[in-house]
Amino acid sequence: MNANVKYRVGKSKFIQGLIFFFAFIITVPLMLIILYIFREGITKINWDFLTKIPKPVGEAGGGIVNALIGSVLIILTASVIAIPIGILCGIYLSENKTGRLSYWSRLSVDVLQGVPSIVIGIVVYFWAVKPIGTFSALSGSFALAIMMLPILIRSTEETLKLIPFSLKEAGLALGLPYHKVILKVVVPCGISGILSGVMLSIARIAGETAPLLFTAFGNPYMSTNLRKPMQSLPLMIFNYATSPYDEWHDMAWGAALILLFTVLLLNIITKLTTRRWNVQL
Amino acid sequence: MDLKIVHFYHSPYFFYLDKVFMKKVKSSKGQIRAESLFKRTLVAIGVSMIVLVFCLMLTLIIESVPSMKSLGLKYLWGKTWDPVNNVYGALPFLLGTILTSFLALIISIPFSFAIAIYLGEYNPKGWLSNFLKNTVELIAAVPSVIYGFWGLLVLVPLVRTMEMKLGILPYGIGIFTASLILAVMIIPYAASLGREMIRLVPSPLKEGAYSLGATRYEVIKNVILPYTKSGLFAGILLSLGRALGETMAVTMVIGNTSIIPTNIFSPGNTMASVIANEFTEADHTVYLSALIELGLVLFVVTVIINMIGKGIIKKFTNE
Repeated sequence: MNANVKYRVGKSKFIQGLIFFFAFIITVPLMLIILYIFREGITKINWDFLTKIPKPVGEAGGGIVNALIGSVLIILTASVIAIPIGILCGIYLSENKTGRLSYWSRLSVDVLQGVPSIVIGIVVYFWAVKPIGTFSALSGSFALAIMMLPILIRSTEETLKLIPFSLKEAGLALGLPYHKVILKVVVPCGISGILSGVMLSIARIAGETAPLLFTAFGNPYMSTNLRKPMQSLPLMIFNYATSPYDEWHDMAWGAALILLFTVLLLNIITKLTTRRWNVQL
Repeated sequence: MDLKIVHFYHSPYFFYLDKVFMKKVKSSKGQIRAESLFKRTLVAIGVSMIVLVFCLMLTLIIESVPSMKSLGLKYLWGKTWDPVNNVYGALPFLLGTILTSFLALIISIPFSFAIAIYLGEYNPKGWLSNFLKNTVELIAAVPSVIYGFWGLLVLVPLVRTMEMKLGILPYGIGIFTASLILAVMIIPYAASLGREMIRLVPSPLKEGAYSLGATRYEVIKNVILPYTKSGLFAGILLSLGRALGETMAVTMVIGNTSIIPTNIFSPGNTMASVIANEFTEADHTVYLSALIELGLVLFVVTVIINMIGKGIIKKFTNE
């Protein structure tokens, strides 16, 4: 081997090492974050933490049950609003691949996907908070539903595109009406892909804070009234983390641990159930 | 694809079809009505997406009219932001947003390209690449408020120590810290897109280069990168769109100071963070509407960047 070849091979090896190093160093911050939150959070979580409402600053104890229940309620309501619309819109887009209307519709979904969450918060404030005159959990759910839509629509559309056309033809050839072909043949075939989109969209909104700042607003007390302000986990973490009190930081660590593991778990479950569906989300 | 079709015919759904077939097919008027109702519903929902986005934009424009009227265009490059004295200038936030986003982009590019090249070229299969791929996806999944919280209590003290050693005012919080957090958050977007693009490089091209005696590095530099450069650029654009609109993590570590940043370590404010901080406090029309105008600028900029990025991807994958 002459020197030039040696140099080139050596350079290639060096760059390879560099790429491997840069590629794997990214696992460090994630591990650091997970480990740190686990270490800080696990000691704060106990029965009281999960079942009591927060106490005023200075008093020991207290929990985050209002944020837990608020989060669940807000996310459930958002899902109820977004899932039917998202799936139907996905069906519409996968059924109409060409055409001017579906082109604009698809473009709108693309635009919606890129809108910063804080902007959605502003707009929903003017749609659902200002006219009514009070912050409400319902407006928060509405904002989160708008954030869910693009993910739901994309995953439904991409999944249904994979369904063989012959299946639909078979149904139509037997004289089944169109809606039955779609709802009883095509959609059940793609149900696991659609469900993974649903779970992914829930995982995405579960940690959203910015749209809730001006809509659900937060509430230090227990509330299950959707027309009143309501606390949610991410909002609580934000408010407590930026406060100057150490007790509040402790509670925020506990809440962060719960939120982080819920979101990661949802993502991992989605990944495991959709491995055989080669859906690009 | 073949495997997938076989899978269908063995799935329970296919047997379900038999049940459907067995049912007496009646083409009653009711069914025809249901069919057209269903079709109309689909179209209505498709249209509603267009209406939704249109109304979103319209609301932002209408609500920012008061500030456009009273402040005019010079609002965008006004240097001072002082709501108490009714002086509004958006330059500190524009600069803050541009600084944090581009700094984050510069920090993130080596990592996201390395991940894309590793997963797309060196090691596309196997447990190690699966591990890396899943890690990258989980990074995108972590809520931004958690990044912010971690940054505030762990990263900020670290940066403060570093700043003390460098002899700069040790704020800890500031544009640099925000960029670090943002960089971690946006790596997955460019990385996963870049991986897809690198996989699309036709293997005859690479084999040709190898057969001429090129080393792996030379193949990457002279074949893969030139072939995928538009796709990689699109990935960077999508990351940038993400970075511009990111709110919570930035708000928590940037310091929320509405002055023009003097260097990358000074505290500042971005468009998104000033909205998050002051929106609920804005007590008169012009103040509120000035904030909404910032939201409108943010909306327009991110939409344009995203559209260009997506356009490039579409063109690239169709070729």
